[in-house]
Amino acid sequence: MSATLSASTLLAVPMAPLVGAALAGIFGTKFGGNHIGRKITHSLTILGVFVAFVISALTLKSVIVDGARFNQTLYEWMVVGGLKMEVGFMVDGLTAMMMCVVTFVSLMVHIYTIGYMEEDEGYNRFFAYISLFTFSMLMLVMSNNMLQLFFGWEAVGLVSYLLIGFWFNKPTAIFANMKAFLVNRVGDFGFILGIGLIAAYAGTLNYTEAFAKAGTLGGITFPGTDWMLITVICICLFIGAMGKSAQFPLHVWLPDSMEGPTPISALIHAATMVTAGIFMVARMSPLFELSDTALSFILVIGAITALFMGFLGIIQNDIKRVVAYSTLSQLGYMTVALGASAYSVAVFHLMTHAFFKALLFLGAGSVIIGMHHNQDIRWMGGVRKYMPITWITSLLGSLALIGTPLFSGFYSKDSIIEAVKESHLWGANFAYYAVLIGVFVTAFYSFRMYFLVFHGKERYDQNPDAHHDDHHAHDDHGHGHGHDDHKPHESPWVVWLPLVLLAIPSVVIGFLTIHPMLYGEFFKDAIFVDATKHHAMKELEEAFHGAGAMALHGLQTMPFWLALAGVALSYYMYMVNPALPAAIKRAFGPVYRLLENKYYLDWINENIIARGARALGMGLWKGGDQALIDGAVVNGSWKLVGRISGVVRWLQSGYIYHYAFAMLLGIFVLMTYFVWFKR
Amino acid sequence: MTLTLGHFLSLGAMLFALSVIGIFLNRKNLIVLLMAIELMLLAVNMNFVAFSHFLGDMHGQIFVFFILTVAAAESAIGLALLVLLFRNKSNINVDELNSLKG
Amino acid sequence: MDVKTGLFYLFAAVLLFASFRVITARNPVYAALYLVLAFFQASAIWLLLRAEFLAISLVLVYVGAVMVLFLFVVMMLDINVDSLRQGFWKHFPLAAAVGALIALEMAAVLMGGFRLGEAPRAVAAANSSNTLELGKLLYSEYLYPLEIAAVILLVAIIAAIALTLRTRKDSKYVDPADQVRVKARDRVRVVQMPVTRAAEPVVEAPAEAAAPAAKENKA
Repeated sequence: MSATLSASTLLAVPMAPLVGAALAGIFGTKFGGNHIGRKITHSLTILGVFVAFVISALTLKSVIVDGARFNQTLYEWMVVGGLKMEVGFMVDGLTAMMMCVVTFVSLMVHIYTIGYMEEDEGYNRFFAYISLFTFSMLMLVMSNNMLQLFFGWEAVGLVSYLLIGFWFNKPTAIFANMKAFLVNRVGDFGFILGIGLIAAYAGTLNYTEAFAKAGTLGGITFPGTDWMLITVICICLFIGAMGKSAQFPLHVWLPDSMEGPTPISALIHAATMVTAGIFMVARMSPLFELSDTALSFILVIGAITALFMGFLGIIQNDIKRVVAYSTLSQLGYMTVALGASAYSVAVFHLMTHAFFKALLFLGAGSVIIGMHHNQDIRWMGGVRKYMPITWITSLLGSLALIGTPLFSGFYSKDSIIEAVKESHLWGANFAYYAVLIGVFVTAFYSFRMYFLVFHGKERYDQNPDAHHDDHHAHDDHGHGHGHDDHKPHESPWVVWLPLVLLAIPSVVIGFLTIHPMLYGEFFKDAIFVDATKHHAMKELEEAFHGAGAMALHGLQTMPFWLALAGVALSYYMYMVNPALPAAIKRAFGPVYRLLENKYYLDWINENIIARGARALGMGLWKGGDQALIDGAVVNGSWKLVGRISGVVRWLQSGYIYHYAFAMLLGIFVLMTYFVWFKR
Repeated sequence: MTLTLGHFLSLGAMLFALSVIGIFLNRKNLIVLLMAIELMLLAVNMNFVAFSHFLGDMHGQIFVFFILTVAAAESAIGLALLVLLFRNKSNINVDELNSLKG
Repeated sequence: MDVKTGLFYLFAAVLLFASFRVITARNPVYAALYLVLAFFQASAIWLLLRAEFLAISLVLVYVGAVMVLFLFVVMMLDINVDSLRQGFWKHFPLAAAVGALIALEMAAVLMGGFRLGEAPRAVAAANSSNTLELGKLLYSEYLYPLEIAAVILLVAIIAAIALTLRTRKDSKYVDPADQVRVKARDRVRVVQMPVTRAAEPVVEAPAEAAAPAAKENKA
């Protein structure tokens, strides 16, 4: 800890976007009276995020060059029974890297949005939301305690909900945003159990204090069972990560979240929000290292996600959904790396993936607006002639994604594969084969999309829904096209500039940062690895001989050949022999149907789980509330009283001599009692 | 044989029993009902006077004094009610007095 | 058996017979008269018990006032004698059971509780009058209950009158509360009328018709 950072400077990082969001959200929308126009709105918010980015970059420099660290409480909210609830920042290598990634991608998306959402009515509202998101994510990554982490966690979930349902008049968008929120809630349930357990057993929510007690926590069993407490805690925390980072089976919300505008798909559902889970597990590495069971669990879930989501990407026709399933698969890779105790590798892949996936999404968005809001890749083709910048940057992004040597994705993905190979936990073998086959699948679907969109015959006029959409789109547009002009055109500079700026790190950042990040001092005090039990990182470090050597060596390894095979097969199937995919689909009908229905998971969720829950609710309502409580207890009590009184009523005959007789009987009983029994 | 307290008490008991029987027998005659009540009070008075005599305590007779007073008041009001009842129903049938039936 | 015992048995027998006839008499007038007889016998028994004041007051008050009242009412009401005894024997078993019940109760209490065989304890002095003793106790220890008894009697009077009072149908009595509650609106209605009005034209035709008729008559 050689130098410390300034608290107020650090505070400016989340606050600047927040101020921008507040101003835009209040004064720029109908809520506050529509006082400021579009130019001022986007200028304010971009200024806010830019300030945040600059300070983040400076902070990163301080952290790397001066070794500066920060871990202080800025505001103590309350103390409840010894448990402190506070707002504070912890800045080390991990945080600084996340801050830069988040602010940079957010800045790119802000600039991109100027062009993408140009014709949308909710322009100001959108900027307010994405700035608000930036604030929430920054609070999440900069936090030094679990309460603030949870606050950021929930806040990003909220903004994600708002943004997925941005076009709130579309029923599919509303369905999607509810689905995202509810599935996230399932994850949050586990997350809060984990936080609660930590608070209960460690007595604190602060990271440093809790990690200091990790040793003692590791020895306790969960009361009432013979499970280790730390295993339960870690699995609960990971369930939260499963929800937020869309791991199987809580991944179902991510493809649906493509209902939102493309900029947010890039920002939230590729680069930042979905990586919150990965970040959280890396941050909690001192805890996770103590539980092999939890790490195995993470390995297996990640492997399943990595492989099976890739399969789903093969058959998608919506350009955004291809990239969405790609995101799911890559998140699975990051999770697998976490399971292999290669936390730094996971975070490294998080960073590279943020760049090239955001690039791919924004590129897809550029294609979409170029194609007049058609998103179906079956009716694209040959776009490279009309949108060169989009084409080149998308190609670079795809090459990075499949792990072409020297590109950033290669370094991170190959490190993951190597790390999993070295792990000896239960499930590591399965994970290794899953990620390996995943390379082939990734290459296949990435280049399937690439070839179908940018190469081949132009199929714009074959779109059966084209005229429909065009007419609707043209009503909103003021583009000034003629109605018969279906050809795409390059997007404005506000759209392609972020693409270029994102393409640069997609290519070079892996090469430049792999050594300091994975094998250097960068994550030294942020991530903790128990090298004796989990020696994957150590093995990797011994095998590493520099970035260039790794690239050369990479040309001889399995992943490279698999990727190449994937590209070649997709070239054959979609460029050389376009009739082949249809034939395969006919031949493998049931498999195709399984993939098309997303393994029937949505069907299970909607018909079994949701319907079951509704049926349970209905049953409890009709049976429990209406019949039992209202009917038997409430109504039943007065009916019973009525029936009893109906019987007792017979005693009131109205005749005096009956009453006299009753009195007499009473006296007789009392007298008998007192005379005979009380003597 | 000399008179003992027992004689008087049994006399009072028999009077009381007779009056209670009278209440139950007279379903059709409200006046006899009121008279049976007077008999009941007489039986009680008999008991009090007997006790007063045999225990040498004047308080028993004082009590009879008051019972007499109250009995007089009660029979006056009872007969007034009877008259009203007769005005309204033209008979004094106890069996018909069941409008307070539950 | 001495005179006192014999008299007691005599009076007791008549008393019981009279009370039995009270409840079983067919004619209510007879029942009332039998009740009078019963009270006389009770009074006599009380004389035997040296409760002279009470004995006399039983006759004066009870027989003289209450029973006379009973007789007034019985004779005033036009009662249908025949219907009075319907269903009499139907309820006899129940009544007999009740009687037996009471007898049992009494027997139980009597056998268990009281020292029945003792001789009567002496009162204050042999020649102190019963009335004097009663008076002494009544106006000292029981003064308050005495006053309350007086109030009870007053209440009885008021109640009896209030219950049975019938107002005369041609009485012009008006409830003062109603009188006070009257409003001008209920009594007077002001109607707007023009102050003056043109006189209606005289109708000539009947006069003309009458004139020729008169002329005809004359003619």
